[in-house]
Amino acid sequence: MSIVMSATTTDRWDEFMEGVWRQNPLFVMVLGLCPALAVTVSAINALSMGLATAFVLTCSALLVSLLRRMIPKEVRIATYIVIIATFVTVVDYLIQAISLALYDALGAFIQLIVVNCMILGRAEAHASKNPPGIAVINALGMSAGFAIGLFALGAVREILGAGTLFGISLFGSGFQPWVVMVLPPGGFFVLGMWLLVFAAWGRWRQRRQARQAEATRHA
Amino acid sequence: MAIEIRSAPHIKTPVSVETIMRHVVWSLLPICAFFVYQYGLSALASILVVTGSCLAAERLFAATGTQSGDIRDWSAVITGLLLALSLPPAFPLWMGAVAGFVAIALGKALFGGIGFNVFNPALVGRAFAQAAFPQAIASYSPSFLPGRFTEFVPTSLAWPLMQPADLMLWLKDKQLDALAAATPLAKWKFEGVLAGAEELVTSLSGHMAVGPSPALILVCGIYLAFRRFLDWRIPAAILGSAGLTAWLLFALSPDRFPNPFFMLFSGGLILGAVYMATDMATSPVTPKGMWLYGGLIGLLTVIIRYYSGLPEGVMYAILLANAATPLIEKVTQPTPFGKSALARLGQAKRGASYPLHPGYISREDAGAVTPKKRFLPNKPKHPPKE
Amino acid sequence: MSCGMNNTQTLPQMTPAVAMIRTLGLIAALCGVIIVAAYQGTYDAVQENKRIAVERAVFKVVPAAKSIVEYFALADGKLEKVGAGETAQSGAIKFYAGYDKDGRLVGIAAEGAAKGYADTVRILFAWEPATQQVPGFGVVSSRETPGIGDKIVLDKNFLANFPLEARLRADGQALAHEIQTVKHGSKANPWEIDAIAGATITSRAVGKAINDAAQILLPRIRPHLDTLKEKP
Repeated sequence: MSIVMSATTTDRWDEFMEGVWRQNPLFVMVLGLCPALAVTVSAINALSMGLATAFVLTCSALLVSLLRRMIPKEVRIATYIVIIATFVTVVDYLIQAISLALYDALGAFIQLIVVNCMILGRAEAHASKNPPGIAVINALGMSAGFAIGLFALGAVREILGAGTLFGISLFGSGFQPWVVMVLPPGGFFVLGMWLLVFAAWGRWRQRRQARQAEATRHA
Repeated sequence: MAIEIRSAPHIKTPVSVETIMRHVVWSLLPICAFFVYQYGLSALASILVVTGSCLAAERLFAATGTQSGDIRDWSAVITGLLLALSLPPAFPLWMGAVAGFVAIALGKALFGGIGFNVFNPALVGRAFAQAAFPQAIASYSPSFLPGRFTEFVPTSLAWPLMQPADLMLWLKDKQLDALAAATPLAKWKFEGVLAGAEELVTSLSGHMAVGPSPALILVCGIYLAFRRFLDWRIPAAILGSAGLTAWLLFALSPDRFPNPFFMLFSGGLILGAVYMATDMATSPVTPKGMWLYGGLIGLLTVIIRYYSGLPEGVMYAILLANAATPLIEKVTQPTPFGKSALARLGQAKRGASYPLHPGYISREDAGAVTPKKRFLPNKPKHPPKE
Repeated sequence: MSCGMNNTQTLPQMTPAVAMIRTLGLIAALCGVIIVAAYQGTYDAVQENKRIAVERAVFKVVPAAKSIVEYFALADGKLEKVGAGETAQSGAIKFYAGYDKDGRLVGIAAEGAAKGYADTVRILFAWEPATQQVPGFGVVSSRETPGIGDKIVLDKNFLANFPLEARLRADGQALAHEIQTVKHGSKANPWEIDAIAGATITSRAVGKAINDAAQILLPRIRPHLDTLKEKP
């Protein structure tokens, strides 16, 4: 597969995977913790929040990137905030139109997307310096990484806290819910566990790379 | 002949960590035996599973190199036994295993193993179980049931991840009323029923939902204190302060509050005071600090029992006091020999403890100044205060 | 394109204020357009969703109802039908009159709130004018501990408290008997609520929420029961 990939496709894939994996906003950069801890009591809430954030992140990255030569550097932060707030308002209306139950479940955290530092960080560090195509790909990658992270939290918390995944019962009616998992401390426990897994995995990969480098040097 | 070069200290006491821990385990064995006598098979299985889970977790984290110490130092056994004693005897075994694992993982391995933990690991495990399974931890089976040595209480044998059977239904089959399955504290808090003092002290009267007898725990504690494996000040301070607070409230309005004797001998106060609060790593080392720490635990216990939604407060009281321990140690530094207390009052800043200086936190930082130790002969003269 | 983009080492130049204001104004206008478009585009769907949510909640507590009409019970004792998008005046209490398919009044639903264990518990309770009873309630919002506080809608013994008597005094100014939550197992009268053992605080919140709301709302509704009887 990788052999037939043209150079630009590989680059784009790299740009996308940057956010999904190497710079995963939740597990590597540890950004956007407020929604990550607060709304991930169920997989569906977590995914919805991931999608809402993805919408805001991608749209604002596109707009910032399109306007990047127009925006004076003295007022760039203010401009980014205005743009991000616009899309947050849009997503707020959209969720209300789709499902009020979901809107109630996500609560104030929809409006709080505006202060998600990951979005402002991407606008400042990436979208304002790159053409729209690349900015959107990067934003999509970051969104995917964030959504995957939220889903990983939400899935564990829902499975242990309610015995269900996407509302489908996994263990039958006799399941004993772990009450703590749907309470705030559960968010911290599960996030810590995932950070541990990611750190252990990263270290393992580093060691393997070092071993391979050693082997090629000797060969 | 081999010549060894060693650094100080050259004289070692024969009392090692393992010795202390082994003695604590020995002193716990009669208490466990009594617990099994009270509750039969379920209690025995609970003790074995919880302790086994603690040992397995300890082995795992010692093997991955995330914590110091090993199962050979007996400390995980203590954690397991104490956790099992503080849980209801018919607590579902799988929940007990989870609690044991969490106790070691969150309570100990996370901080770096024995001696580094901030909170008592057994209580961390119990706090997790309390938060995760509030219903299971509130249903306590009555003691001295007929046939307790031949059959399990059904709640013990719940499948992993599954809800335990209904204890009340099982008790109805045994012709016992529902009140028998509430601890004396819960009975007092929710039903206004006060258990008698003589029942509480020995735990020997029939069908009570209580832990091992406080009298037995006290005897074992006195043995440990006598051998200097625990400091008598902490239990004394806890019981004194809890008793005093309870007595004051009782004196103010005897019909609202139970008598202080009931406060002291019900629930897990004696077990907590003797075995949990005295954990060496998580309690202050200064004598004054011990009194303060114990006093805090006693006061908090009574306050939580009287004024919160929970019937029992020993666990949270000890965890809170554990968190306050570094602060307590800081404010109770003893006056060095040869200094009068008055001089110390005038120069409060020159205590034996080191101030939190950035240089201590990361000496790798460029430009960090090596802290000046005040006991060096060429110590810098502080400018006089006047 | 003039100063920032090429890599000549010119000194950082200040953008003139006019340019900044122009750009910001343009962007603000663009964002305004986007927001207005989103608002207009979703307005109907949002209103429809809200209406469905209210109906579903009311139908749950007044199962016989097939349609609802929203009213305000004003502080001066008058009733006022709620039009679309209207907000309450001060002192006005909103309630829903539920009608069956022939247009006859079958029940009234209103919100009540009281402090629970973690936060305010908001409930929607029903009241049947014919029997002067509260047949049931539903939770609007609650942050009570899952597994303990949420028993108020699951526990069979607790739900057996309903229908609950909420009879008005002869003069119609207050309830004949205050609705009270009593300790588990000591319910003696039809206007008392038997608390759930272990969830006493949440149970008490339900009783207080119904009592507080009913004490104010029901006396206001009573003079108008005849006009409410038929669907307008």
